[in-house]
Amino acid sequence: MPRSRRPPMAPPPSFVWTRRIVLSLLTLFAVLPVYVMISSSVKPLQDVSGTFHWIPARLSVRPYVDIWRTVPLARYFLNSVIVCGSAAGLSVTVAIFAAYAVSRYRFRGKRVFTVAVLSTQMFPGILFLLPLFLIFVSIGNATGIALYGSRGGLILTYLTFSLPFSIWMLAGYFDSIPRGLDEAALVDGCGPLRALFRVVVPASFPGIVAVAIYAFMTAWSEVLFASVMTNATTRTLAVGLRDYSTQNDVFWNQIMAASLVVSVPVVAGFLLLQRFLVTGLTAGAVK
Amino acid sequence: MTATAHPHTPPAERTSGRGRAPGGRPRVVQRIRRVGLPYLLLLPALIFELLVHLIPMLVGIVISLKQLTQFYIRDWQQAPWAGFGNYRVAVNFNAAIGAALLHSFLITCAFAAAAVGLSWLLGTAAAILAQDRFRGRGLLRAVFLTPYALPVYASVITWAFMFQYDNGLVNHVLHNQLGITSRPTFWLLGNNSFIALVIVSVWRNWPFAFLIVMAGLQMIPRELYEASAIDGAGIWQQIRLITMPSLRAINQVLALVLFLWTFNDFTTPYVLFGNVAPQAADVISIHIYQASFLTWNFGEGSAMSVLLLAFLLLVTAAYLLVTSRRRSYA
Repeated sequence: MPRSRRPPMAPPPSFVWTRRIVLSLLTLFAVLPVYVMISSSVKPLQDVSGTFHWIPARLSVRPYVDIWRTVPLARYFLNSVIVCGSAAGLSVTVAIFAAYAVSRYRFRGKRVFTVAVLSTQMFPGILFLLPLFLIFVSIGNATGIALYGSRGGLILTYLTFSLPFSIWMLAGYFDSIPRGLDEAALVDGCGPLRALFRVVVPASFPGIVAVAIYAFMTAWSEVLFASVMTNATTRTLAVGLRDYSTQNDVFWNQIMAASLVVSVPVVAGFLLLQRFLVTGLTAGAVK
Repeated sequence: MTATAHPHTPPAERTSGRGRAPGGRPRVVQRIRRVGLPYLLLLPALIFELLVHLIPMLVGIVISLKQLTQFYIRDWQQAPWAGFGNYRVAVNFNAAIGAALLHSFLITCAFAAAAVGLSWLLGTAAAILAQDRFRGRGLLRAVFLTPYALPVYASVITWAFMFQYDNGLVNHVLHNQLGITSRPTFWLLGNNSFIALVIVSVWRNWPFAFLIVMAGLQMIPRELYEASAIDGAGIWQQIRLITMPSLRAINQVLALVLFLWTFNDFTTPYVLFGNVAPQAADVISIHIYQASFLTWNFGEGSAMSVLLLAFLLLVTAAYLLVTSRRRSYA
């Protein structure tokens, strides 16, 4: 006995209005800092030092020129690109092997491995920081390999940060590739490694790219280890941005311009990743 | 044990010993290789995880039992043992160090509760309201993920600018434009710093809750809504009786992940306040960082870190135990 004449797809006005109001407020909340970042980055220094104004009275591109001179931003940028690029590349390579093992083989300790690796994600970073700092210093004293203060030490650290999630995502992706494909290659006389690199890796290329972008973004945003493990020559953007405020003046317009510039690679990566993230997460949730 | 059932034969084996497979040795080698291969594939990942996570964790426990001050930084093995001295100092709440740690711990609990609750609320509300198709839904989704897409330090430094006393947006809107406050407010000093920290943390984390709940909503079968609509259920009833109960499993994980991230968050307070956080926002990660790197007392800092880990493990275990039991009753 149908009581309601309303078709199921048309929500009542109370719902529609709640939706409009709540979603508008959330949009405002989400984009407010982005607006402040963009609008303040094109203001002259006087205009960001006085009372805030929503609309810039005068436009200036000076901040975008000055950011490279006030602080050695180009060097920090290069350091960040080298460190994060290497960390992402190595992390993905290591993750491909591990994910192949998790996805294609049954072995003792598989569950322990996945749970243990994922659980490292929950530990406070500060717990690893102090000992790792001391270990790097000791290795430096004992062998002369400078890990503390070098890009190598930071690369080594960052590659493990993205590793657990990369293995998990890639194993899920490999699972979606029909087993018959690499089994056929094995029957044809390929070794397991050849089967992995000739068949599985090319077939899961989009997933591998997504994981690489994720690893890159994770490293790009890290601050805690960067603040301790780098020195003046190896400093990355995460720490370098603070230099604009330790001078006599706080160059807010330059800080905003620099923030925008350092966000570009990550936002670009995220836009590429977004599609995959949503579908990938759903696939993981179904399991 | 035919070749088709176990085709993972290494190529070297095949060329050398195909003809004499039934004779003992090659078969053993073959077996070892087959059993060993997955471990070999995992080896690089294991080595890196050991090197950067497990070994430092064990070293950290050792250090926490030592009197490791600046004099021993270059050669930490030489530092004298302190037994549980560092732990005793950390939990002696009558003395300065212990009292400060307790204060920081309570602040962090309050911060995590507020930030996780609000992030969850905003994310869930947004996901449920954006569940059905309407015009501009795709664009809205992309906009909602902006806070998540920006590098943390870039967006938090922007918030620090917005919270400035003289030239910030927040004081301009609240004081100059709306006239809510009689004079400008200090947001990054004193008691208000706690509010500022919660706002920035929520801004950063609610898109994650939105993303996860959105994924969870896609798993609820459409027929459930259609059947209840035929039975005359309104949309609010559907949300209360179908959507929310279906999200329980995903909420269980989401709340835990958000809690651990917020509790351990270092970047947000560090970029917002700089090296020294104000009393009201002295969260545990910043507190331990300061205790270790400003005074160079690594033994004390490690003891605090180990206590923090023990607390997080305890909370996680208790949480999983309680929530899964409740779920099996339901």
